[in-house]
Amino acid sequence: MTPFLAVEGLTKRFDRVVAAENVTLSLTRGEMLALLGPSGSGKTTVLRLLAGFETPDAGRIQVEGEDVTTVEPVHRRFGMVFQHYALFPHLDVGRNVGFGLESLGMKGPELAERVARALALVDLTGLERRRIDQLSGGQQQRVALARALAPEPRVLLLDEPLSNLDPTLRERTRGEIRELIRRVGITTVLVTHEQDEAFDLGDRVAVLRSGKLEQVGTPDELYAAPVNPFVGGFVGRSSIVPVTVLGPTSWGTRIAVEGVEWEIERPAGHPVVLPGPALLLVRPEALRLGDDPQAIAGRVTTRRFTGPSSYFTVVTAGGATIEVVAPPAAVQPGERVGILPSRRAAGGLHLFPADAV
Amino acid sequence: MRRAHSGSLGAALLLALLLWLVLYPLALVLVEGLRGPEGWTLAHVREFVSRPTELRALWGSLWISLASVALAALIGIPLALLLARYDLPGGRVLGGLVALPAVLPPLVGVVAFLFLYGETGFIPLLLMWLFGLEEPPWRLQGPGAILLVHAYSMYVYFYLLVRAALVSLDASQLEAAASLGAGRWRSFRTVVIPHLRPALAGAALLTFMTALGSFSAPYVFGGGFRVMPTQIVATRLNGEDQLAMVQTASLAAMALLALLLFRSDPREAVGGGGRKGAGPTRIAIRRPLARLLAGVAGWGLATLLLLPHLTLVLVSFVPVGTWTTEPLPPAYTLENYATLVLDPVRLRPLLNSLWLATVATVAAVAVALAGALLRARRATGARRAIEGLLALPWAVPGTVFAIALATVFSVREPLAGRFVLVGTLWILPIAYLVRNLPITSRAISAGVRALDPSLDEAAASLGAGRRRALLRVTLPLLRPALLAGASLAFVTAFGDFVTSIMLYTYDTRPISLEILSSLRQADVGVAAAYGVVLMLVSGAVFALGSGGQGRGGTPG
Repeated sequence: MTPFLAVEGLTKRFDRVVAAENVTLSLTRGEMLALLGPSGSGKTTVLRLLAGFETPDAGRIQVEGEDVTTVEPVHRRFGMVFQHYALFPHLDVGRNVGFGLESLGMKGPELAERVARALALVDLTGLERRRIDQLSGGQQQRVALARALAPEPRVLLLDEPLSNLDPTLRERTRGEIRELIRRVGITTVLVTHEQDEAFDLGDRVAVLRSGKLEQVGTPDELYAAPVNPFVGGFVGRSSIVPVTVLGPTSWGTRIAVEGVEWEIERPAGHPVVLPGPALLLVRPEALRLGDDPQAIAGRVTTRRFTGPSSYFTVVTAGGATIEVVAPPAAVQPGERVGILPSRRAAGGLHLFPADAV
Repeated sequence: MRRAHSGSLGAALLLALLLWLVLYPLALVLVEGLRGPEGWTLAHVREFVSRPTELRALWGSLWISLASVALAALIGIPLALLLARYDLPGGRVLGGLVALPAVLPPLVGVVAFLFLYGETGFIPLLLMWLFGLEEPPWRLQGPGAILLVHAYSMYVYFYLLVRAALVSLDASQLEAAASLGAGRWRSFRTVVIPHLRPALAGAALLTFMTALGSFSAPYVFGGGFRVMPTQIVATRLNGEDQLAMVQTASLAAMALLALLLFRSDPREAVGGGGRKGAGPTRIAIRRPLARLLAGVAGWGLATLLLLPHLTLVLVSFVPVGTWTTEPLPPAYTLENYATLVLDPVRLRPLLNSLWLATVATVAAVAVALAGALLRARRATGARRAIEGLLALPWAVPGTVFAIALATVFSVREPLAGRFVLVGTLWILPIAYLVRNLPITSRAISAGVRALDPSLDEAAASLGAGRRRALLRVTLPLLRPALLAGASLAFVTAFGDFVTSIMLYTYDTRPISLEILSSLRQADVGVAAAYGVVLMLVSGAVFALGSGGQGRGGTPG
């Protein structure tokens, strides 16, 4: 199946800084892709390249086989919801939503009808004559969505769509946006630095670092099989422990960690890590606390209570800081404990070469 | 970007226009001063240095300007502290009233002073009548008179900038100081004063530059005492053009030197640091006696400051020749105003000033808007040059520009960009335009900077082309800034005296020159009526411009 939106080798430099380097992505029709990365990772640049506000130094952008790389934003028919919404403050809600339709030459009853329909879509029926500064933050965001969707763009772009909302409103709005986009069925790219947002909204998530695409996959894939410690650390909670690889075993790898030996599973498709120094990425739920000859010794420094379970930070005798999840009353800060892989550790322990970052 | 091409073409055109109208005339003045009938010569410079009168005028300009700064600070700072920190009865009205001289043309202030404190003015007449004096108690002339006018009209810079800084002071800083045990005096010294420093530096520079370029007061009150601007005009009248060029260059050099020494941008002072939190609440004065005293002091000072203009209004209603020795005019009439409207010769200057100022304003707004938009689009490398050229006329006294433009546009050399415009209708609008560029572009580029750039992108992604985005989004949002810039440009051009006196023709004589000639013909009532019209129009236009502020900003 040919992709609906295809991005190939997209590269953009600002002066000396490489904001996007050889980014390649493809989306099927109606798919939702989340660009996830820390600030400065180039995710917004990729979005602006898609919108046409920046011209790439190299690479191509295609929609349904049509090359739009150099098509001006005016003619590109990509809808965009800006981080601060960029609603026109001097126009009322109806005129904001109708702005793109008027560009298409629409007027009169047809325009009014389409504006009403777009507002109904975001549950703001009848607010046409409302002034922008009379709207709440959540309403402004919905107007921005309605304005972007009204001219029926080919692709919808969302720049940090939830960052401007109160934390209490965020989760609800996230659900509403997901529902709405599914209903409209529009191909969507969104930018976020929040892993929860990316996982909740994206059918697939693309992790960016320093302008480079590190990994693209479904949330499950990223969590279960990160390609490097960066992706592993950015997606979900984890700790990094220096270890020594001793060699392969029948079902995994034998490693030495702080004087004890563990045997860990190797996920399918993961590269073999050669014997010698290596890094172990561990998820808190892949470990347990226990008194065992196979356990690493350490001391609990803090406990973070989350209800059903707690996250315990343990500093080991070797100086590593490891997070372990356990029942809230398991131990108290200050106590000595031992850490060892839990019985269901599969997918929560990942080995990387020592020079991996 | 694809817009870069048309953007750089526009930038190149704008740059060429600014180079031609701003930099070229100034450069030419410098060069002409060094040219004689047979090539390059230092003869004029030697002559300038050897004449004691020249050096005296230069020194006069310097010390008058410095003294003006000191006096203006002495009035403006306490006034700002009083009105910004204490809740006086009628404080809001008072705050607006004492800022009034900022919008009034300098010449109006000078004439008003003349009517109030001059030999036949209101106060000397009153004193003569009260004490039975034969002679007026003083003569309003020389450096003292100039300084009085300067202090009176330029305290506004200190008042406005210091007040803005005080209002922008984050109240929580004062609360923090108090909670850390600092008393009122210590928090004033450690929190308020450092916060005011940029405002003080900005006001000092603004006052110095205005005083250095001031022409009306030295021209009317100077008598034998010369400062550089009046000296230049006198030299021109003597026909010593080349010497006038050297004088002009020396004045320009002094202005630029001052700018370099202070090296502070008054634009930064007004902002006063990013404002967060609420401004300090005014301190209510509780004790009735203290409240009364503070109120009397505030209103008394305001009355003193506004008295000249009130006198001007009074004089405008006095029939010619009826007010001689009485403390108050014996008769009142509307005839002076009727003359202004009904006598075509009298009406002409009014109409002239109106159209001259309108043309100059439209042009200044267009150039400033183009400059601001080009800069915002970060389209070209010419950006810094445009920025500098738009701001440069601010640092150059009006007399200097008048001479410079008169030099460029007095010969026909089309290849050198010189045309004969002196003596035509067009030289005055051009001069006003150039003089207005800094103030107009400052107002407009502040508006452009405040625009969220993603609004432009939103319009583009919604399919609006450049024209439609400009008309539907950018210009409507810039309306307050455009109005403010236009009103400032109009007010300055409408009341201009310093450039007009060197470039006007009989057909284009503006109000300011008609005021002067009415005074010379002892037509005091008509001169006052012109002054009042100038005041009213300036005030109204300024109010119109600042009324637009605050409406239609960008969303949070």
